[in-house]
Amino acid sequence: MNDRAIGRAAFLGLLGAGVAGLFYGRDVTGLLGRIVPDGVTSLVPSSGWRIYTVASEMPDLDPATYRLRIDGLVERPVTYTLDDLRSLPRAEQVSDFHCVTGWSVRDVHWAGVRFEHLLAEAKPLPGAFWYRFVSAEVPYDDILSFEQVFLPDVMLAYEMDGKPLARAHGAPVRVVMPRMYGYKYVKWVDRIDVRREFRPGFWEQRGYDSDAWVGGSNGR
Amino acid sequence: MPRFGRTERLLHWTHAAAFFVLLATGLVLLVPELSEIVARRNLVKNVHIWTALAWAVAVVLVILAGDRRRLAEDWREIETIGRDDRRWLRGRRVPQGRFNAGQKVNALLTAAFALLFALSGFFLWLGERDHRFLLDGAGMVHDVLTYASILLVSGHLYLAVVHPTTRHALRGMTRGDVRVDWAERHHPRWVSEVRARDE
Repeated sequence: MNDRAIGRAAFLGLLGAGVAGLFYGRDVTGLLGRIVPDGVTSLVPSSGWRIYTVASEMPDLDPATYRLRIDGLVERPVTYTLDDLRSLPRAEQVSDFHCVTGWSVRDVHWAGVRFEHLLAEAKPLPGAFWYRFVSAEVPYDDILSFEQVFLPDVMLAYEMDGKPLARAHGAPVRVVMPRMYGYKYVKWVDRIDVRREFRPGFWEQRGYDSDAWVGGSNGR
Repeated sequence: MPRFGRTERLLHWTHAAAFFVLLATGLVLLVPELSEIVARRNLVKNVHIWTALAWAVAVVLVILAGDRRRLAEDWREIETIGRDDRRWLRGRRVPQGRFNAGQKVNALLTAAFALLFALSGFFLWLGERDHRFLLDGAGMVHDVLTYASILLVSGHLYLAVVHPTTRHALRGMTRGDVRVDWAERHHPRWVSEVRARDE
């Protein structure tokens, strides 16, 4: 190999490795996750969550004064405190979280309330096809249909991985919808607007699919 | 004596300015603690994406409008890792040309990183809206490049700004010229090449 070829080979080799990484990167990351001890992975932010906040400030809700209002097309509007929510039948599940931008967090342990219990007192009226979740992070909201809201792995969560939901993850409560991308998991929910008419959520107004099925939406 | 011409300096500073804007905004998008403090994700992301586009356009313009022959010569020199360069990299004090072997490696890495950043970023940007362009490893490649560039740039900044015997090189990248006695000490082969050419 002549002298010039060495530098060029190094340059092209690096490019080639990078391009291969584009296609096989997730396998490498998974492998690293198994090899690297837990203490080290927590230092690398890419190994877990990323925090997406669209407003100019992240909401900081006081659990003591927090209220969840359920209104709209219901027999009677209801307001819950966090303690009220905790006194409703508790559901737990382990599910994967997928972000539409391409990262995932596996095996997240959630605890919260299923919608059949949450809506039992408000009693949605006939024609209540849509459930719009309004965030304290104005102007964020998103919407699920009644079929989607009553899927068996959908909940309004107040705990994540055995601890009360952290502020960055939507404290005190957020939607959990594992079969769809993360933008459906509305954080800092303070109102559920029960509706007859569909209304596109924050990201849907910006071109994302409302039926955000993992692996089956946004162009696929 | 002159070391870097206008085109080389413009290319360097265009790249450097864009890099630091992209690094700052990129870290806000990536690191949860920073995301929490700054919030405003759409704004930060728009600055990141538009800076990336501006970087690509500016680099192409500088190359097209600038001294392309000079840039081609630089690249040929950078690609050539000769026997002396390999010995220098193993820690021997062998006389070096206009670029020493470390500078060549830095330039090769910077160029490869820039292209891979652009490529993985392009797929991240497009793939988010249209999942047919979503590649499994684009995020990982972009992240690994971030960490690797932080290390590379830290070393580069240390040698260019802090380290007493090497930091005179910064003048070559700002004013374009360096002291002859400094060049004789750090790049003796270059000095003798220039003198041979001038005679």
